[in-house]
Amino acid sequence: MELFERSAAEIARDVQGGTVSAADVTEAVLRHVHAVDGEIGAYLTVLDDVARAAATRVDERIKAGEKLPLAGVPLSVKDNMCLTGTRTTAGSKILEQWVAPYTATAVARMLDAGAIPIGKSNMDEFAMGSSCENSALGVTKNPYDLTRVPGGSTGGSAAAVAAFEAAIGMGSDTGGSIREPGAFCNLVGFKPTYGRVSRYGLIAFASSLDQIGPLTRTVEDAALAYEAMSGWDPMDSTSIDREVEPVSSHLRGDLSGLKIGIVKEFDTRALGDEIDELYDKAYHDLEALGAELIDVSLPTADYGLATYYLIAPAECSSNLARFDGVRYGLRVEGADVHDMYEKTRAAGFGPEVKRRILIGTYALSSGYYDAYYVRAQKARTLIADDFRKAFAQCDLIACPAASSPAFQFNAKSDPYSMYLMDYYTIPMSLAGLPALSVPCGWITPPGGDRPMPMGLQLTSPLFTEKLLLGAAHAYERATQHASKHKPAFDAVSGR
Amino acid sequence: MNSHTINGSIRILSSEKIDVRYVAKLARIALTDDEVERFGTQLSDLLEHVDALSRLDVSQVAATAQVVESRNVERPDEERPCLNRETVLTEAPQRQGGFFRVPRIIAE
Repeated sequence: MELFERSAAEIARDVQGGTVSAADVTEAVLRHVHAVDGEIGAYLTVLDDVARAAATRVDERIKAGEKLPLAGVPLSVKDNMCLTGTRTTAGSKILEQWVAPYTATAVARMLDAGAIPIGKSNMDEFAMGSSCENSALGVTKNPYDLTRVPGGSTGGSAAAVAAFEAAIGMGSDTGGSIREPGAFCNLVGFKPTYGRVSRYGLIAFASSLDQIGPLTRTVEDAALAYEAMSGWDPMDSTSIDREVEPVSSHLRGDLSGLKIGIVKEFDTRALGDEIDELYDKAYHDLEALGAELIDVSLPTADYGLATYYLIAPAECSSNLARFDGVRYGLRVEGADVHDMYEKTRAAGFGPEVKRRILIGTYALSSGYYDAYYVRAQKARTLIADDFRKAFAQCDLIACPAASSPAFQFNAKSDPYSMYLMDYYTIPMSLAGLPALSVPCGWITPPGGDRPMPMGLQLTSPLFTEKLLLGAAHAYERATQHASKHKPAFDAVSGR
Repeated sequence: MNSHTINGSIRILSSEKIDVRYVAKLARIALTDDEVERFGTQLSDLLEHVDALSRLDVSQVAATAQVVESRNVERPDEERPCLNRETVLTEAPQRQGGFFRVPRIIAE
């Protein structure tokens, strides 16, 4: 196995043990990135020099006797997270040339734990999208079929990890932006409880929903990444001051004693026979591992999409007001200051960002605020209550992560059809719950000639990441779906 | 006020047309005629979908702004290190000395 193909756990163990240096791992990964990323397009910026300097520092720290849980682990950082001295674009023209003057807490913690920043990865502009096609700065392809999208909005980090251009991808999830690309790229995509990971230095989209988390090839790697990046941060007043339990040392081998809820309203028969059978099999596998399956109901989950597409745009219209051409980013000159604002924002934002700012501004405007925004906030209460009631009966909830495998480019031309991709992930976001996607099988989509991965979404109560990752680990170990097919770029690059 | 009040709850009217130009003005985004047309149709379409919320009885429900417990966060009122002025101004589209330079705001 090539150095760059190893898991984060393997690399950290070997670098810590001195059998390989962080510098060697970094060189191998950078060589691989330069060989394949022309095809994949995972990165907007490859940080050769920054990565090499970080590797040297990690090797020095290991020699000095430090224990680093992510020693030498190659890291892909979504380009909405700040890293001092590096271009940080959020996939937008308005920040195309912006260089971050500080580092996001979650990124700083990963680097402190020994991870090596290989590059800043592509994303839907300001994290608004489910395919990465809304990036204003580049195209990212799914490593399992280059004619298909990697998912989004964390498409770049997902593609990077799937194509072995990093072992851990840092993503942000507002309505599914880690879990859906995780499912599309045969990865574990993990969104911790809202507030577990500091948002300081994450370019805000919808502040009451945004949460940073990892994309990895194994559950164990997700646990290692989570331990490194999470925890209270005085720089984010919504981060939670609550102890982060050790997780990577408590991964389970079975599911005995656990009750897993299957959601009545998420009937997979609507997704077609093949997908229905795949999830049926996944639920039976959970049972075979010792879990008791019970039916639960989330009667208002169906309102998740409508609720989300009022709350998230409302928050985004407010957050993105800061991009005005005054202090940083693009400026287009105008006749007066208002003309300058309007021209700057017209030139700097892409269509999806404009759409969401407009809908959010409308929902917050005088006369509509109660009818739209407040009503959505009340619906959010009902959705969170549904989960509370369901978790009185079960420990975990299992359902699809997405309604289909990765689709082809330009397949979702009408905005609402793209929004539907987040149907299964949005309710958990609105309730702030920890949730992840873990590979659960393969489907050859109609018209496709390669099997594409599907993801099982597991959700658990607030702050029960240990339970969630533990259960996902048992399922992953028993089923081994992820290793059944290889990415397509091998054939293309003739490696 | 264009929304109607029925039985004490506010009903969303999906037939409403968004005045896209007015909203874009509030959002400080210049739109082309083509964008006004396209966004108008797309936003009306989205509003029809979110109209589903009018079927929910939320008359007895409190609004949720934040799902996880939150409390007021305070700190001692002391100076702390922050970015220095030169670092911040490096990214300014236009500067003059130690200031951000902007077009004239108050007319002569």
